[in-house]
Amino acid sequence: MNSVNQALPLPAELPLSFRGPAPVRTVAGFGFWLFLLSDIVIFGVLFAAYAVLSGETAGGPTGASLFDRKHVLIETACLLVSSVTCGFALLAAQRTEKLATYFWLAATFALGALFLSLEASEFSAMIANGAGPSRSAFLSAFFTLVGTHGLHVSAGLAWLFVMVLQIATLGFQPMVGRRLFCFALFWHALDIVWVGVFTIVYLGAR
Amino acid sequence: MLGKLNWSAIPFDQPIVMIASGTVGAIIFLILALVTFKGWWPYLWREWITSVDHKRIGVMYMILALVMLVRGFSDAMMMRSQLALAAGGAAGYLPPEHYNQIFSAHGTIMIFFVAMPFVAGLMNFAVPLQLGVRDVAFPVLNSLSFWLTAAGVLLVNLSLVVGEFSRTGWLAYPPLSEIAFSPGVGVDYYLWSLQISGVGSLLSGINLTTTILKLRAPGMGYRRMPVFCWTALASNLLIVAAFPVLTATFAMLLLDRYCDFHFFTTELGGNAMMYINLIWLWGHPEVYILILPAFGVFSEVVATFSGKPLFGYRSMVMATMVICVLSFMVWLHHFFTMGAGANVNGFFGIMTMIIAVPTGVKIFNWLFTLYGGRIRFSVPLYWALGFMVTFVIGGMTGVLMAIPPADFVVHNSLFLIAHFHNTVIGGVVFGVMAGYTYWFPKAFGFKLNERIGKAIFWCWFLGFYGAFMPLYALGLMGATRRMQHYSNLDWQPFMLAALGGACLILLGIVLTVVQLVVSIRARHRNRVGADPWNGRTLEWSIPSPPPAWNFARLPVVVGTDAFWAMKQSPAGSGPGGEGAPLEALHLPRGNPTGVFTAFFAVITGFALIWHIWWMAALGLLGVLVVGLRQAWRTDSEVTVLVEEIVAFERRHAKQGVPA
Amino acid sequence: MVGAARNLAETPSFLPDRGIGPNAARCDYSFVTGTTRETALLSRQHWIPRAHALGRSLLLAPVVVTLTSCKQGVLDPQGPIGAAERLILLDATAIMLAVVIPVIVSTLVIAWWFRAGNRHARYRPDWEYSGRIEMIVWSIPMLVILFLGGIAWESSHTLDPPKPLASSVAPLEIQVVSLDWQWLFIYPAQGLASVNRIVAPVGTPIHFRLTSATVMNSFFVPQLGSQIYTMPGMTTQLHLQADRQGTYQGISAQFSGEGFSDMNFEFIAVTEDKFDRWVAEAKGQGGELDEAAFVELARPAQATGPSTFAEVSHGLFEHVASGHISADRHPQSSH
Repeated sequence: MNSVNQALPLPAELPLSFRGPAPVRTVAGFGFWLFLLSDIVIFGVLFAAYAVLSGETAGGPTGASLFDRKHVLIETACLLVSSVTCGFALLAAQRTEKLATYFWLAATFALGALFLSLEASEFSAMIANGAGPSRSAFLSAFFTLVGTHGLHVSAGLAWLFVMVLQIATLGFQPMVGRRLFCFALFWHALDIVWVGVFTIVYLGAR
Repeated sequence: MLGKLNWSAIPFDQPIVMIASGTVGAIIFLILALVTFKGWWPYLWREWITSVDHKRIGVMYMILALVMLVRGFSDAMMMRSQLALAAGGAAGYLPPEHYNQIFSAHGTIMIFFVAMPFVAGLMNFAVPLQLGVRDVAFPVLNSLSFWLTAAGVLLVNLSLVVGEFSRTGWLAYPPLSEIAFSPGVGVDYYLWSLQISGVGSLLSGINLTTTILKLRAPGMGYRRMPVFCWTALASNLLIVAAFPVLTATFAMLLLDRYCDFHFFTTELGGNAMMYINLIWLWGHPEVYILILPAFGVFSEVVATFSGKPLFGYRSMVMATMVICVLSFMVWLHHFFTMGAGANVNGFFGIMTMIIAVPTGVKIFNWLFTLYGGRIRFSVPLYWALGFMVTFVIGGMTGVLMAIPPADFVVHNSLFLIAHFHNTVIGGVVFGVMAGYTYWFPKAFGFKLNERIGKAIFWCWFLGFYGAFMPLYALGLMGATRRMQHYSNLDWQPFMLAALGGACLILLGIVLTVVQLVVSIRARHRNRVGADPWNGRTLEWSIPSPPPAWNFARLPVVVGTDAFWAMKQSPAGSGPGGEGAPLEALHLPRGNPTGVFTAFFAVITGFALIWHIWWMAALGLLGVLVVGLRQAWRTDSEVTVLVEEIVAFERRHAKQGVPA
Repeated sequence: MVGAARNLAETPSFLPDRGIGPNAARCDYSFVTGTTRETALLSRQHWIPRAHALGRSLLLAPVVVTLTSCKQGVLDPQGPIGAAERLILLDATAIMLAVVIPVIVSTLVIAWWFRAGNRHARYRPDWEYSGRIEMIVWSIPMLVILFLGGIAWESSHTLDPPKPLASSVAPLEIQVVSLDWQWLFIYPAQGLASVNRIVAPVGTPIHFRLTSATVMNSFFVPQLGSQIYTMPGMTTQLHLQADRQGTYQGISAQFSGEGFSDMNFEFIAVTEDKFDRWVAEAKGQGGELDEAAFVELARPAQATGPSTFAEVSHGLFEHVASGHISADRHPQSSH
């Protein structure tokens, strides 16, 4: 947060915890990382609710009869590849290469949007078949868990769009770099959550 | 156009509500008129409302909590007087639909809008000062957290006038809180106000955790951190881990109520018990979120007023962190009577008791801190001693209820009510009052009136025993909580005694306001220097009130009780780091993002409560626009020149008030 | 009310009069009034003089209250479960007081002795650690908790609500359904149902199976011990027994909405003989509790008195517990 500690005569071999306030980038990254942890807790609760309610179909359709694993596999591929492109975008931004950054961010956006449209088509087909969230506790938990992840992806896409505008208007300022770094953390975290969704919800469906 | 909202939402037919809200409205109007007439708006806007200074935000949290304490306590007085009257065949003066709102509001307000902001206020004010740094990690976020809490407060109070509040208790157990059983807007007021303020609490938790872990003065390793910072760290870690659970649980209940989902409903496979498990998975850590910082305050106060370092520092830190971890493993003791089975009940009973071990260690360590001290009986120490005496009783009844079969007969009884008021008043309130009295001179440069302070203590202390010891007895006599009337006339004398105790506490609250007025009027006589209590930690090394930048030079810490060590060293009593030259400082600029976001959050929340969808969309759009505006802000810092700092220090040295 | 025999407020002639039962005596509240007290622990005829001033008893109030608390509460149990639970309450309190009282006393004494004005007290400004004391400080609470933890684990098992009571008498089956805001008690073996009143023979273990046709409630007769939740869509179990004749107040101990405060019932413990007569009388009047009558009964109603049904359709409780009968939320018309 400030530069005063540089003026202090502190030997470099001091333990990290003795060296005074950490630099801004560390602080911002750490804070955002904590936020992601709290977000993971939210997903943890939704996973727990899903685990409790997954058998409560109330005579309605079960997961096994509803899910199309091939469809979900494509969704998974989109998201995993988008994490890679996101990483490339971050690398390009570190080299302050505007064009390459734009390209990789656009690729990330496209893959994310494809994921979302696939998910939307899955949801709308289910609702059209009378398997909407009001049908049973199981479907309530399913739509909430998967939908919350989808909402996060949508928020991520909006954030990504804003980041492109920020790079365009503000350039590669340290502030913009920090935000891009946080965005990448966020995007990777969504991947991790999706791996959980894929295994527990789709592969675990009975 | 206006969803469910129409004129019938305003309870014209209920004189108590209309008179109360009319009075409050008139007071607010008068205050606003006064501020306008005196031309204070620019000052308030610049120096307080848009301030991102952790000290100012801390003070605002405290003011908010104090105001809501009055609201929450009025509810308590109404409950106590209703129960003093409604014995035998008497109905009392509050019909069930009103009474049920009052106890729900009392619990909700006291925990979320009194205890939480009190504790948040103390942590915000004191933690960066004790760490020897200039601000929290994310100052603008800090302002946002405060204003989101204020947004929740506004919505809760709005429910008094427009519509109704929840009638389902402070935790809104389904299925009672489901739309089938509670079709009104009360539960929606409850849920949205807590969702909004909950986001504020979560962000504040992230902010302070980052501050404590990443921003400390040079030399302040973890083993040199003041114990209050340790307890604040534990408390904020708990916030980060527990509040998302609350958010997710409320989100599920909201989906049930708004979108016909079936998480907790009685049909189509819903499971209300899951809510009860989840809410206590948040709820029990919440208890420690509140009490741990209070423990921290007592640690500072006992050490300072004994003139000794805290006994068993490492033990204290370890006890704090053990409580922090264990608090997540005891939630089931809130519903042993659900019939989970002997093994489950036994396990959670034992886990609950184990928490008593580190807590007991803390009590003993405070005792040995007093031992061998030179104890000055100032007001903060009164609170600390009152706490030690009272809290052990609350702890004892808590352990008692951790034995499942004992809980089977006192669960949900007035015994339980007495128990948690024993710990919350005897622990959190006493701790907050100790901290408030202790740090007040640091925040404002003058002491609070000592004599009135002692009177306040005795009112609370004796009032607590008067109000809650009868409830312990009533609980054993079979009186359950949340009843609006009762037939057993034998209970009435106890209820009257409890009312008497509550009146004594009321006197204590009135005296708190009197003390503020008296102390402010006599502030010139009560001016103090940097170190009025002969303190031990870094906040006492800087002027009272501290400048916006707290520390012109970051202090260099060489041990625990950093300031005490500096005072003992022959070099003098400076904050350390003298050798370093002064540099111009960059401080965060005042920022209206927090208050604007909260404004639109209130609009969104209100619109969602009343199903006014266009207005909700508008509110969300407002939040978005404010966020984008903040994202493009590049002038977020102000520079303080060396000359300004030098001028301040010269001015301060000239005052030269002795400690 | 369709088909149910309502006898509001009046108690059948063969049941003990509510005014003279063993619990009819007014309780005293010497803790508040400061006169004499009656100790539940001692025999009822013993009156012992009050020894301490009210002020002194403030700190010890929980103890004083524990000792003097009124009849009708959990400290005046009338059955084996309640008696065992009272014993745990008292034992655990006594164990903890052995630590708590010295802590309170030493806090006050130490603080007073080491006051700044006392020249005899030795100031040790740097004394902040002692390994030996630290060890004692950790071990005292650990030992207490080890002991209490043993009690907790042991008693969780011996007093587990679903655990049958050891008895030579065959248990009486009662099925409990909480309604808005009444209690329905079904006697499957007798084929009758009772609203807001349980009649049971003394000395006979009772096996309760409980559910809710509305929101969550808690079934609780303080003088018999253990309460347990009634929850929609779920069944809980509880075993209780009354050892003495009398009328014991029963309540819902979990807030359930508007009529909660009046959601009381009475538990009347009678001799085997009187119980049989009550069954015969109940079988002779009132209609059948079938699904339609249940739906009617389950509508919200407040402060209703006791009543009985002569017949209960088979499997009604299971139907309610599995959520197959949904209650009507419209209030009863007859009230």
